[in-house]
Amino acid sequence: MADLFMSGFISQYNFIGVVILVMIGLYAMIVKNNLIKKIIGMNIFQSAIILFYISAGAKKDATIPIIMKGRDVVHAADYINPLPHVLMLTAIVVAVATLGVALALAMRVYLQYNTLEEDEILDIIRKKDKEITESK
Amino acid sequence: MVIVVMFGCLLGYGVFYYPDWGDAESPANRHVSRYYIENTVTDTSVPNVVTSVLADYRGYDTMFETTVILAAGLACFFLLKLKKQEAPLCRMYRHIMSGITLRIEKGGKIPEDSKSFERIDSVWVPHDLVIKMTTRIIVPFLQIFALYVITHGHYSPGGGFQGGVIFGATSILFAISFNLRTASARMSEKATAISGCAGVLLYSGTGALCMALGADFLNYGALAGTLGVDQVSARSHGILIVEIGVAIAVSAVMVWIYYNLSSAGRQNEGL
Repeated sequence: MADLFMSGFISQYNFIGVVILVMIGLYAMIVKNNLIKKIIGMNIFQSAIILFYISAGAKKDATIPIIMKGRDVVHAADYINPLPHVLMLTAIVVAVATLGVALALAMRVYLQYNTLEEDEILDIIRKKDKEITESK
Repeated sequence: MVIVVMFGCLLGYGVFYYPDWGDAESPANRHVSRYYIENTVTDTSVPNVVTSVLADYRGYDTMFETTVILAAGLACFFLLKLKKQEAPLCRMYRHIMSGITLRIEKGGKIPEDSKSFERIDSVWVPHDLVIKMTTRIIVPFLQIFALYVITHGHYSPGGGFQGGVIFGATSILFAISFNLRTASARMSEKATAISGCAGVLLYSGTGALCMALGADFLNYGALAGTLGVDQVSARSHGILIVEIGVAIAVSAVMVWIYYNLSSAGRQNEGL
C-alpha cells in the first residue's frame, strides 16, 4: 500500500520538479531583501509555471506538432498537444515584458532612494512620514 | 518561510490527482486540441500546428499579446526617459594617433568631424578590435537567419515571436560591442518606437481589412478575393502577414527597452 502510494508519487517527477521550482521562486520573492533578487524569484516562478503546462501536454511516443508530409489521415495521438505550447509562448512573452518593466521600476527606485535593499527603503519612507507628521 | 513550505505542501498534495505523464487521453489532450491537430492542414494548409493555432485559430489572443509587448516598451520609456537635457557639461575626445584624451569643458572649442579625433564615452576601453570585427562580420548572417525563422514558421519551428527576438538581439549585440551612440546612429530610438507601433498596426490592420471585406474580424478567408487565391491558401497568407507584423513589433520593442534600460534614460552613454 505504501509503495503503491510512493510509486504513484515518484512516477510524476516532472510535477514534483515544478513544485520545487515554485517553492524556490516563492522563497526568493518573499524572504529576500534585495529588489533584484525578488525580481529573479519572480522569473523563476514564471519559468516553473511554463514548465508545468508544457509537461502536461506531452504524450507517449508522439512527435513534435508539425504534420508529417504525405499523410492523408492525421491521428491526434501521433503528435504532442500544441495548445500548451501556444499558451506558453504568450506566457514567455509576458514574462519578458514584465521583467523589462520591473527592471525599469527598480532603476527608478534606486535613483530616488539610492539603495536597493527593501528594509533600508522602508526606513527612509518611515522617517519621511514621521517628519511630515511632526512638522504639521 | 513557513508560508512557502505550506504552499509547497499544498501543491505537492495536488500531485496525486494529476493524470499520468504522457497519457494520450488526459483531459488536456482531448477536446479542442484534437480538432486542431487533425484539421489544420485541411483548413489552413500550414503543417506547423503551433503557428496555425497561434495566428489563426487563436489570432485574437496573439494580437493582444503583441499589444502587451508594445505596452511594456511604452512603460519603460515613460518610466525612465528624462526631460530634454542641455548639452552635457564636458565631452571627451581622443586623438587616435597618439592616444591622448581631450576633455573639453562647456564653451570650449569642439573639434568637428575630423579624422584624427574620435568621440568617446566614460566607459571606453581599448583593445576591442576583435570584438568589433567579429560583430561586424556576424550580424548580417544573424539577421538573415532571423528573417528565415520568421518566414519559415509555417513548416518548421519558428514564427513571428522567435524570429523577432533574434532580430532584436542582433541590434542589441551591435550596441553592446560598439557603443550606444553608434547603434543609435544606425537605428534611432524614434525609429524603434515607430516600428513597434507599425507592427501592431499591421496586425490589427489585417483584421480590420478582413472585417471591411465582409467576414468576421481576423477571419483570413475573406482575403481570398483580394489576393486571388482560394480560401485555404488565403488563410496561409494571412498567417504570414500577421507573423511579419508581430516580428516587426517584437524586434523594435526589444531594442527600445534595451536603449532605455542601459542608459537610464539619457541615451548618450551606456555599455
